[in-house]
Amino acid sequence: MSSVAAYPTTWRRPPQIVKDRRWRIALQIGIFVYLVLAISTVDVNWSRVYEGLERGQRFAMGFLQPDFTSRWTDISRGLIESLTMTLTSTVVGVIISVPVGIGAARNLVPRSVYYVCRGIIAVSRALQEVIIAIFLVAMFGFGPFAGFLTLSFATIGFIAKLLADDIEEIDEAQAESIRATGASWVQLINYAIQPQVMPRLIGLSLYRLDINFRESAVIGIVGAGGIGATLNTAIDRYEYDSAGAVLLIIILIVMVAEYSSSYLRKFLQ
Amino acid sequence: MLTLDGLSKTYKTGDSALSDVSLTVPKGQIMGLIGPSGAGKSTLIRCINRLVEPTAGKVLLGDVDLARLGKAELRRQRRRIGMIFQEYALVERLTVMENVLSGRLGYVPFWRSFLRKYPAADIQRAYQLLDRVGLMDKADNRADALSGGQRQRVGIARALAQNPELLLVDEPTASLDPKTSRQIMRLLTEICAERDLPAIVNIHDVPLAQQFMQRIVGLNAGRVVFDGPPEALTEAALTTIYGEEDWNAMRKGDAEQAEAEADARARMEAIA
Amino acid sequence: MTEIAHYSEVWRHRTPRKRLFMWMGWLALVALFVWCWQLMTENTMWYFVLDAPRQAADIGGRMVPPRWSYLPELMQPLWDTINIATLGTIGGVIMAVPVAFMAARNTTPSQTILRPMALFIIVTSRSINSLIWALLLVAIIGPGLLAGIVAIALRSIGFVGKLLYEAIEETDARQIEAIEATGASGAQVLSYGIVPQIMPAFWGISVFRWDINIRESTILGLVGAGGIGLKLQASLNTLAWSQVTVILLLILATVVLSEWVSARMRQAII
Ligand SMILES: Nc1ncnc2c1ncn2[C@@H]1O[C@H](COP(=O)(O)OP(=O)(O)OP(=O)(O)O)[C@@H](O)[C@H]1O
Ligand SMILES: [Mg+2]
Repeated sequence: MSSVAAYPTTWRRPPQIVKDRRWRIALQIGIFVYLVLAISTVDVNWSRVYEGLERGQRFAMGFLQPDFTSRWTDISRGLIESLTMTLTSTVVGVIISVPVGIGAARNLVPRSVYYVCRGIIAVSRALQEVIIAIFLVAMFGFGPFAGFLTLSFATIGFIAKLLADDIEEIDEAQAESIRATGASWVQLINYAIQPQVMPRLIGLSLYRLDINFRESAVIGIVGAGGIGATLNTAIDRYEYDSAGAVLLIIILIVMVAEYSSSYLRKFLQ
Repeated sequence: MLTLDGLSKTYKTGDSALSDVSLTVPKGQIMGLIGPSGAGKSTLIRCINRLVEPTAGKVLLGDVDLARLGKAELRRQRRRIGMIFQEYALVERLTVMENVLSGRLGYVPFWRSFLRKYPAADIQRAYQLLDRVGLMDKADNRADALSGGQRQRVGIARALAQNPELLLVDEPTASLDPKTSRQIMRLLTEICAERDLPAIVNIHDVPLAQQFMQRIVGLNAGRVVFDGPPEALTEAALTTIYGEEDWNAMRKGDAEQAEAEADARARMEAIA
Repeated sequence: MTEIAHYSEVWRHRTPRKRLFMWMGWLALVALFVWCWQLMTENTMWYFVLDAPRQAADIGGRMVPPRWSYLPELMQPLWDTINIATLGTIGGVIMAVPVAFMAARNTTPSQTILRPMALFIIVTSRSINSLIWALLLVAIIGPGLLAGIVAIALRSIGFVGKLLYEAIEETDARQIEAIEATGASGAQVLSYGIVPQIMPAFWGISVFRWDINIRESTILGLVGAGGIGLKLQASLNTLAWSQVTVILLLILATVVLSEWVSARMRQAII
């Protein structure tokens, strides 16, 4: 061990992710240039924003002093539509997801069925609820029925994918032992797959119920019924106190749904 | 010099972990703290730098009573006490050098530590300490890429970077194999001797304690039941510390291990 | 053989009483479903519903030769969309970090006031979709990119804040204690004990949210908040279905690409 003076006086933390110095500099310049370009595309109409401040204040006031009464019939109708849409679409979506999910599990079905079912899932996941809703409203007319179809379709993509992944990961030993008894395909599903996957399916359904309610508030904006339509009208009419009431109701229901679904999931396990 | 005076700790759960412990550790002394699991060894150590708040009593380091300091003053006094942990407690995702330099945190302003712009003297000291514990070439490695023994060496270097007046060591070897344990204990005792540093070392392994400690304090149910040199640690003394049953079980375990070691040695010889 | 094993399993797990309970539960669900269905379809015009296949065929027919010449016109809005998502994510993350530290049990400065407030911010931001935020902001500060960026940012606070505060609560307390024991100040404990531990989670969450935001920002234009959604809205209003096809394909390609980028970036970080 030599004296202190013999040791280096500086230390630099070695770079952790991009090791090459030139690449690092290039990356930093790239990010900087991008940010400058991106921010320059945002041309803000400041006088409009300034006007908006006053409106924003009114909205904040509306949020603090929500008006539930003057538009109560609209609000309650939207709420009923949203809630019924949520429940029916979750039930129907889950019922359809079960065969689709089984069909999308590589270890259970022939290749052709597998590709068809994975295709359905991919389409449902790639398209957003709002875009699906636009099409379904164009086909089925305005109102909650189009919303119900939208949410059912979105539910299929969500549940079937997770269900299929679950089945693919299932304990092969158990399935094997039942196959060994000479059980048919249906018996295999019933005895080996169902008991392992069922608790998870119930959990996922409750989770999706929660998501469907949130989405039901959105698709109303494009005409698919529900509380979103009520909100849209309220904002169009600049009735911020009614809009505040609707938002508070949404937040409250989401909180209750989240809390009770996590409670129910624990209870059912 | 460290003096504990009537130190007591009762946890919120009602566990009375320490009752009325009084001790003095003079400069340069390495004191081993032994006792059965749950005796309050960790609690005692943690009460000294107040990672655990003592319920009553005094902790005098020099002439400062650590037990009744305010937050800011406590931070300043903590710089004087280096601590070494059982499971190393290194910041896993930082480099070895940053871990050693973190011993200087109490001395540098926030911006220096944030920008990693430590004073030149601190960096030189850190390199010197890394050299001392034999990890000069690992300075730029991440801490989670080291072996257990190497991590504990970094832990030692971090504590020494504080330039402490007292070392608190909580089971430094519990996660290490026997050979590495001995190396680490030797390093610790050498360093304490070099700097005339007092240390309190929690230790489960009685033979190891007897080999390396200058003084041994036995704790049982939060009370000091033995205090003397390692030679005085007779069977009778160990029975009072560990209780009849535990002590016999431990001895049996030791005997078994010795037997196994002898057996292994015999086999190695047979092969050779 | 399997029959018996299965039966005994049922026997062990569910007493008859519990089974009765379960059947009652399922029955209640069916009844609830029927009731909800009736409420929901009260005002449904079944004429339109029955007409749907014809409508679908009609729209499908109009969509089919996509009008590719429309593509160049979409490049500027696409660039805007990407900017909305990226700038919105950056803004959201910047706001989410202090909220997360206030919400985490082990770092909150005050359990009784700030923590509930932070949790409320997170819940509010999470329960309101970015499209609704955009709707509000367009009404307040006028249509344009800014409304979109702020909407994405506001929605991201809750998502990033929630995942980040969970990561903060899961940090290893021993590493933090060790830093405290050196005499470090509060800010130093944060930057040496906690920040290194949550860094991978932080980048993972941010990139993940950016990916989601690309997706969500494609439709913000429907309510006037800028980006490619504006073109979608315009094409829908003029019933230009062949342009809608082009837009949807472009959105799809962007989403797939952003998913790939985010997967690669997360790999590089971890
Ligand atoms: N955070 C805590 N809260 C409540 N009680 C605690 C806490 N930490 C320790 N105790 C209790 O205090 C007593 C002493 O614990 P301590 O950890 O000091 O023992 P120890 O001698 O270090 O044991 P070991 O050898 O197993 O590490 C035990 O009865 C323990 O249950
Ligand atoms: Mg202990």
